[in-house]
Amino acid sequence: MHIVVCIKQVPDSSQIRVHPVTNTIMRQGVPAIVNPYDLFALEEALRLKDVYGAHVTVLCMGPPQAEAALRKAISFGADDAVLVTDRAFAGSDTLATSFALASTIAQINKNMAIDLVFCGKQTIDGDTAQVGPGIAKRLDLQLLTYVSQVETVDTERRDIIVQRRAEGGVQVLKTRLPCLITMLEGTNEMRFATQAGIFRAARHPVKIWDKTAAGIEDPAKIGLKGSPTVVSKVFAPKPKTIKAELITCESDTPKDLAVTLIAKLLTQNPNLETAIGKGAR
Amino acid sequence: MSEDNAPAKRAGGRKIELDPRLAAYQGVWVFVEHERGEAHTVSWELMGEGRKLADKLGVSLSGVVMGAPGPETRQFCQEAFRYGADRCYLMEDPVLADYRNQPFTKGLTDLVNAYQPEILLLGASTLGRDLAGSVATTLQTGLTADCTELNIDPENRSLAASRPTFGGSLLCTILTLNYRPQMATVRPRVMPMAGYDASRSGPIIEHPLNLVETDIVTKVLNYIPDSRQDKPQLPFADIIVSGGRGLKTPENFQLVWDLAKVLGAEVGASRPVVQAGWVELERQVGQSGKTVRPKLYIAAGISGAVQHRVGMEGSDVIIAINNDPNAPIFDFATYGIVGNALQVLPALTEAFRQHLAVAQKAG
Ligand SMILES: Cc1cc2nc3c(=O)[nH]c(=O)nc-3n(C[C@H](O)[C@H](O)[C@H](O)COP(=O)(O)OP(=O)(O)OC[C@H]3O[C@@H](n4cnc5c(N)ncnc54)[C@H](O)[C@@H]3O)c2cc1C
Ligand SMILES: Nc1ncnc2c1ncn2[C@@H]1O[C@H](COP(=O)(O)O)[C@@H](O)[C@H]1O
Repeated sequence: MHIVVCIKQVPDSSQIRVHPVTNTIMRQGVPAIVNPYDLFALEEALRLKDVYGAHVTVLCMGPPQAEAALRKAISFGADDAVLVTDRAFAGSDTLATSFALASTIAQINKNMAIDLVFCGKQTIDGDTAQVGPGIAKRLDLQLLTYVSQVETVDTERRDIIVQRRAEGGVQVLKTRLPCLITMLEGTNEMRFATQAGIFRAARHPVKIWDKTAAGIEDPAKIGLKGSPTVVSKVFAPKPKTIKAELITCESDTPKDLAVTLIAKLLTQNPNLETAIGKGAR
Repeated sequence: MSEDNAPAKRAGGRKIELDPRLAAYQGVWVFVEHERGEAHTVSWELMGEGRKLADKLGVSLSGVVMGAPGPETRQFCQEAFRYGADRCYLMEDPVLADYRNQPFTKGLTDLVNAYQPEILLLGASTLGRDLAGSVATTLQTGLTADCTELNIDPENRSLAASRPTFGGSLLCTILTLNYRPQMATVRPRVMPMAGYDASRSGPIIEHPLNLVETDIVTKVLNYIPDSRQDKPQLPFADIIVSGGRGLKTPENFQLVWDLAKVLGAEVGASRPVVQAGWVELERQVGQSGKTVRPKLYIAAGISGAVQHRVGMEGSDVIIAINNDPNAPIFDFATYGIVGNALQVLPALTEAFRQHLAVAQKAG
């Protein structure tokens, strides 16, 4: 079985700061990490490798530094890694990104036929959850989003059964291989890298492909040109002008504050009277 | 509609010259999502938003309903009219009984190609996100996910879709240039519900899917509904009591449960509390958790960081309890108590209990 896992290198958003005056992003010193959602996809692929045996290729589109994310994935147990990197990709939105990744996956498929493609649920920087569905559509793969568990894969019969988180319940779905899965978060726990894995990761030759190697002939489909959406402005959320009415009373004991607050609350919002205590258990 | 041939405008450093072929796209559509006989409320929230966009553009607003043939599916068209749609596009087919990506993508794509709306809105639910991504790729058009604000750019009549970016600290406005329709998804509870007018009605335009079950590769083997009781229902709660890191220990968090119990409220939490494992993930309020719009939101020991705020600022009334008078939460709460939550929470619980006892006697 050949599994491709798409991972993205992203800035650790918990460490991003916005310049208070200029409203610009201060990226300096913000560490780059593997998109946390993609680790659930990678772990599920490695789990399938443990059970059924598989060759796991990790794929990333990004700047040359993104190679680090791929080496990380190798240390966890991925077998092979492809980095697609080209200046021509700059400014790609999700449509252009899914085009580039789909084209690369088609190239990888030429060398070794692919059974499964995994993506994360979403990225923490783009945050769109569109790239996975986009790749599936372009490669005409069946799409299974928000998968919480892969139940069985049968490479002989060429089918797969998964559980998918739907609105209000879980769907059990069966579909044909090859297909594309976006993995739900919290569904598994990333294994630790082994000593041997870390050693292998350091030496493994990551394939570095430019747009030609990735099989992209039409430059109008990538980068800014291939992106229907543009960011027209970036701005700070407008501060609300109403400040909280601070509750005070003579004694300022918690009890008096509570009584004062409730009196004020229910006088000014009489509709709340029916809401409170309604569902009291 | 396109008398508005404003000179090419620059946005994001690029020229906008709408292809005349694309100017033929007109009207605003809202995809009406339903499962198990119930419409998802996000559809009616979008209908309210869609109404405003359509009125600004001077075009009509339509609902799109897809499902198994029968009165149940048709009923959603009537609902759509009552929530503000002028028209409804209806696609009925047995293969649309359960949601699956392939037939829904084909159906919605066919509808768009046949009737050409300029704007298509979907809920950012698991269904909506699955469908929107596939449809946008098939149509080769732009899609902006998880918008918190939708507007019309007055200069070029295009959809200005704003969404949080960079971990929520900033918002960005995204335009779809020279591609139609302009697609956007909005998360449940971000927008208020549309008004309901039972007297409204409108025409239904039916369109066939032209697929048979054997065309469809993915099969639904089973559906296991979540049991309603054991799942927190934050997005639709009338009252929510939330606790944050200011409560210090998981034991102290019990004070939040105590107040919630007296009020008949749901319990919510900030992200650090969820990450520490004090409460389950379903209770997280905020950008990476649930968006809520209760009548009353009580935040105890929560600083009010922007990522928390975006999930709860649509609440009618917000009470904040925080011992730091400069905590950002006081900038947007309705009422504030500067004090120790560990003392104020039990006092509030007791005071509400007494109030309810008195009210009960009186009633
Ligand atoms: C990408 C990203 C997504 C995020 N998503 C979310 C999200 O969905 N939801 C979310 O909540 N956060 C989210 N966050 C985290 C967010 O930025 C804040 O870190 C978080 O909301 C802070 O939680 P808090 O207010 O409980 O804790 P703190 O910021 O530590 O605040 C604790 C507050 O309690 C007060 N306090 C302390 N002791 C007491 C006392 N005895 N009595 C009363 N008050 C007291 C303090 O004054 C302080 O204001 C996200 C962050 C990132 C980067
Ligand atoms: N540049 C990229 N390189 C590799 N995979 C990506 C890239 N961008 C997105 N993906 C994959 O697509 C998923 C969804 O991304 P997004 O649409 O940005 O939320 C991610 O979880 C990744 O698996």
